[in-house]
Order: sequence, then C-alpha cells, then structure tokens
Amino acid sequence: MSPDEARRRRAYGYVFQAVGLYPWRTIARNVGLPLEIMGFSREEQESRVKNVLQLVDLEGFGGKYPWQLSGGMQQRASIARALAFDADILLMDEPFGALDEIVRDHLNEQLLALWARTGKTIGFVTHSIPEAVYLSTRIVVMSPRPGRITDVIENPLSAERPLDIRDTPEFLEIAHRVREGLRAGHAYDD
Amino acid sequence: MRNLLPILTVLAAIAAIWYLAVAPMNIRTALDQAERAGQAVEPEGALARQEVSSFRLLAQNPEIIPMAYALDRPRLPTPVQVGEELWKTTGEMALRGRAMSKRSLIYHGWITLQSTLWGFALGTALGILGAVAIVYSRVVDMSLMPWAIISQTVPIVALAPMIIVLSSQVGIEGRGVPKAIISAYLCYFPVLVGMVKGLRSPGPSQLDLLKTYSANGLQVFLKLRLPASVPYLFTSLKVGIAAALVGTIVGELPTGAISGLGARILIGDQFGTPLAIWAALFAAAILAGVLVTVLDLLQRVTLKRMGMQT
Repeated sequence: MSPDEARRRRAYGYVFQAVGLYPWRTIARNVGLPLEIMGFSREEQESRVKNVLQLVDLEGFGGKYPWQLSGGMQQRASIARALAFDADILLMDEPFGALDEIVRDHLNEQLLALWARTGKTIGFVTHSIPEAVYLSTRIVVMSPRPGRITDVIENPLSAERPLDIRDTPEFLEIAHRVREGLRAGHAYDD
Repeated sequence: MRNLLPILTVLAAIAAIWYLAVAPMNIRTALDQAERAGQAVEPEGALARQEVSSFRLLAQNPEIIPMAYALDRPRLPTPVQVGEELWKTTGEMALRGRAMSKRSLIYHGWITLQSTLWGFALGTALGILGAVAIVYSRVVDMSLMPWAIISQTVPIVALAPMIIVLSSQVGIEGRGVPKAIISAYLCYFPVLVGMVKGLRSPGPSQLDLLKTYSANGLQVFLKLRLPASVPYLFTSLKVGIAAALVGTIVGELPTGAISGLGARILIGDQFGTPLAIWAALFAAAILAGVLVTVLDLLQRVTLKRMGMQT
C-alpha cells in the first residue's frame, strides 16, 4: 500500500508535535472531528469519543475548551483524536517534544499502557534516546541530511516497564547502541 | 472600566482646545454684531478689522469675548451649543411626537442608517464571496486583488455622482439603491482583506491534520477555514460598517439629496448655519459609535459561544 493509498483509506491516525486542537471546539468535539469528517453516525461518534477520552484519562473534560487544559492534557486529547477512528496504525511525530520532563515521563507511561490495551502498531518519532528505548520494541536510527537508516535495533526489554527501568544496565546498553548509531550518522555531516 | 480615565482625559483635552479656539474663530462676527448694536470696539469698521489678526482683536476687545461664546450663527459653536442644537433636533422633537419630521435629525439619521445597512449587507456579502474566491483560486487572487486595491484609490466623491447618474439611467428610482452601492463600495474592501487573512489563517499542521483524514475541500472550508476566520471577520466588519456610513454620507453630499445626514451637512453649508452642520456631524459620529458598539457586542457574544478566549 502506498502512503497516498493509506491516507485515502484512513489507515493511520496522526499525532503532530503541535497539538493543533481547534480552539473553537470543545475537547469532545475536537476528538470527534475525524469521525464527523468520515461520516460516522451521531451515536457512534458519541460512544467512540467517550471511549477514547477514557483511554487517555480525560473523561469529564469533554466539555472543556482546549485553552482550559494544560499542555500535557491537550496532547492527550490529540492522541485521543488520532485514536478515535480506530485506524490500524498510530503515527506520532515528536508528540511530547514541547512538554517538560515530568509530564513527559507521565505521558510515556500512559502511552505504554494505552499500547498494551489497544495493541496498535505505533510509529513514534523522537529526538530523545531514553524515550526511544523506553517506548519501543524496535528502534530505527536515522541520520540527518541525507535521512538514511543507520541502524535497526530490536529492543529486548519486556512489555512490563516501570519508569526506573531506565537506570538498569540493560536499558543503558541499548541506549548506548542508539547513540553509536546516531554518531555514525553524524560522522559525514561535518 | 479601567480605560475610563484615559478616555475622559482625552475628551477633556479636546473640549479645552475647542473652547480656546471658539474665541479667536468667532471674535470678528462678535465684533461686527457689537458694533452694529452701538458698542465701542477697537478698531472700528469691519474692513479695518480685516487687517488685524484675531488674537490682537481679542486682546484689544476683552469685553466682547463673552459674546463670541453666545452667537446665534457662530463660525465655531461651543460644544454646549452643538449639544443644545442636537437635543433640539432629536430628543426635544421626539418628546413632542415629531421624531419623523423633516427637520428632525432622527428622521435624517434613519434615512442614512437604512442605506448604510443595505450597503453594509451588500459590501459584506461581496467581500466574503470575493475572499473565498481569492483563497480558493490563484487566478482570481492574481486578477481580482489588484483591482480591489485600485478601487480604493479612486476618490469616492468623484465616483458617487456617476453611480447616481448610471443607476437612474438604468431605471432605478430614488436614491436608496445608488447610496447603498456607494456605501458597499467603501465597505467591501476591509471585509475582503480581513476574510482573506482569516481564511488563510489556519497553519499547515491544522491543514495537514484534515489531509490525513482525507477530508474534501468543502469539509476543510466548513470545519477549519470558516470558523478560523470568524475573529478576523468581526474585526473587519467593525471597520466595514464605519466605512459604509461614511460612504452613505458621501453619497448624500454631491447628489442633490434632501434627506439624510449628508444632505443636512450640505444644506447647513449652503444656508450658512454651521450649527446644523455640527449637529449632523455629531449625529453621524454617534450613529457610527452605536453601530460599531453593536458589532463589538456581537463579536464578544459569538466568540464566547465559540469558546474562544477574548
């Protein structure tokens, strides 16, 4: 399937770095936006919105407007929006890049839980090595200009991942390999 | 009301300058009257006084100065005189049940308001349609935009009589329609520019999002571009309605109209009654203020209902 076909078949949900919630829509109506566009029935829209808001721990916030929510909650709402139409793949482009470290840790944990519950394939782009190792089953290391794949690393960590797993030698070893891959990519840059 | 104090300060400054200006502006008329009434003035004779500056006349005839503030037909009336005239031709007439008399500014204001609202509706519709066409078609963008800008460089005073002549030539009776066209001519431009900006305001990521849903063009318009343009629309509507009012008044000036605030201004000029001009001017300013305020309230209510922070 070509990327364009995938887009037309609505095969993926996309989470941008910029949250991009529409300020004139409530959280529930923002999450329901793709459903409206894809022509889901009203009842179907309501039940799906309710479900995904629960998935991202935002039940009760559906009637709020984006500016009434914190940055982390807004990003969760945008994840809910990408989940709403139940695409097979979830693509996330540095979704937590603009958030502070603590909120980011929290959202990382939540994303893992979400992944466990939905079993969706998630493509996650990040600049943070710990984030990459913590969240992944497979890490693809890419070089900048030209964007080439320099390494593909299978992540052996178990699905059960408390936050302090990041201090284990196992974790640090994978992180080291990712760093090496990034360095190799940068070598012919300067 | 934390901006009340600055507003009052500016108002007080304007009133002060105005009062100071009344004496030198009216001193010659006051001296002429005093001389005719047999009072001694310095120098004698209107002709001799023409050689002397207003400020010297003031210095030489301090006892005449109070008269300059109480003339029947002052060159520059005081704010109080304007207020009195305004009251005489609006509130007082309304109290006597003659609000729609031909001498009442309420009647003339109503005539002007009607044309303004028609022109505003027409101009807003044209502006929005034009903006949609410009945003969606590069050809229209390249071809229409320069003309829209050029249209605003043509003095409306030169264009107004032509519009009147042409519209009577094609068989349109009365002045309502041509006045509305003139007013729409001034009003559509700010709406057009504001709406183009508003419809283009969604960022690439907001547009990309809809692309990933493979939304069609109509959906992009209704769900993203249109709501995103609402704040811009209101801002330009406020400019637009003021422009529409100016357009209507200009449309009433050079066209031999006998009703409307513009006609009152022209008649006041022809009959040498500056007070009538000032009263009509203030009526127009008050009308503009009311219209803009109404739109401002509408904007607040709409944006609040849309959940936007204001």
